[in-house]
Amino acid sequence: MTLNDIIDPKNLVYAKTKVMNDTPMHYCPGCSHSVVHKLIAEVIEELDIQDKTIGIAPVGCAVFGYKYIDIDWQQAAHGRAPSLATAVKRLLPDRYVFTYQGDGDLAAIGTAETIHTCNRGENIAIFFINNGIYGMTGGQMAPTTLNGMKSTTSPSGRTVPLSGHPLDMTKLLAQLDGTCYVTRQSVHNIANIRKTKKAIKKALENSMLDKGTSVVEIVSTCSAGWNMTPADSNNWMEQNMIPAYPLGDMKDI
Amino acid sequence: MAKVKGAIVVNTERCKGCNLCVVACPAKVLSLSPDSNLKGYNFSYMSNADSCVGCAACAYVCPDACITVYKVKNKTE
Ligand code: SF4
Ligand code: SF4
Repeated sequence: MTLNDIIDPKNLVYAKTKVMNDTPMHYCPGCSHSVVHKLIAEVIEELDIQDKTIGIAPVGCAVFGYKYIDIDWQQAAHGRAPSLATAVKRLLPDRYVFTYQGDGDLAAIGTAETIHTCNRGENIAIFFINNGIYGMTGGQMAPTTLNGMKSTTSPSGRTVPLSGHPLDMTKLLAQLDGTCYVTRQSVHNIANIRKTKKAIKKALENSMLDKGTSVVEIVSTCSAGWNMTPADSNNWMEQNMIPAYPLGDMKDI
Repeated sequence: MAKVKGAIVVNTERCKGCNLCVVACPAKVLSLSPDSNLKGYNFSYMSNADSCVGCAACAYVCPDACITVYKVKNKTE
């Protein structure tokens, strides 16, 4: 059997979803953002909601998210994606509305919007990429940077007396009465990629059930910001990020 | 010959040479090419195509959705 016999449409087992367009993504090689974009697009295809989904793009590395997933989008001011999502969902309650935000957007400048949106229990999904760093602006320390973790503004490592403790936003959001589903996942291997995809699906489905806000944090890598290869970044994340930000459901009602 | 045979096609212009598929492949099928694409990335290719079982591990981990996977069950052997 030759390769040409195998490479035949009837033998197809996996191909890029059509919900993701052909525009090359601007993310660095191996970036978790790209994996999560791909999963969101796959879930939208599986749920057959391409014409009923509205994404809210953040400021940060994912600022151009709207270029790659072929749905309707709005672009929010820095940190304000949950507020814009609130407006969109209240005006168009029959749409699946989600925000896509990094830790600088969601856990720093947008802390108030994030907390109040979740506390109001808006019927949206929030996808939160936590790579412990400000990726787009050059790898500066974020509220989520681990203790001892080096960044361009903490070259000897973050210390608690100077910068306080890493902020576990997801744990905090799980305490609020307005959230119905709060989970932390990762995309560094196949098993976790599958779990993240399930979580994304559940969060989008919840947004139609009038149950409140769903939050899916994805502990992520930033190989350029961390100054490692993508494979080493995945290993570093597994050894250092996941102990500080343990994976699993924190709330599911 | 293995019962299950697979093959992949890499969108070489979309590939960023991140190497994650190379690491993920349980059958050690993939390598980064010494040649590079127009963006300058050394793209992934099947350096050991005979061993591919079509498991799609490479495609699941590929951040940029560059890999299409095909699989056949070989009934004659
Ligand atoms: S389909 Fe499986 S065996 Fe084939 S190249 Fe991909 S990971 Fe390797
Ligand atoms: S995982 Fe995708 S982008 Fe990375 S080297 Fe393999 S095919 Fe290229």
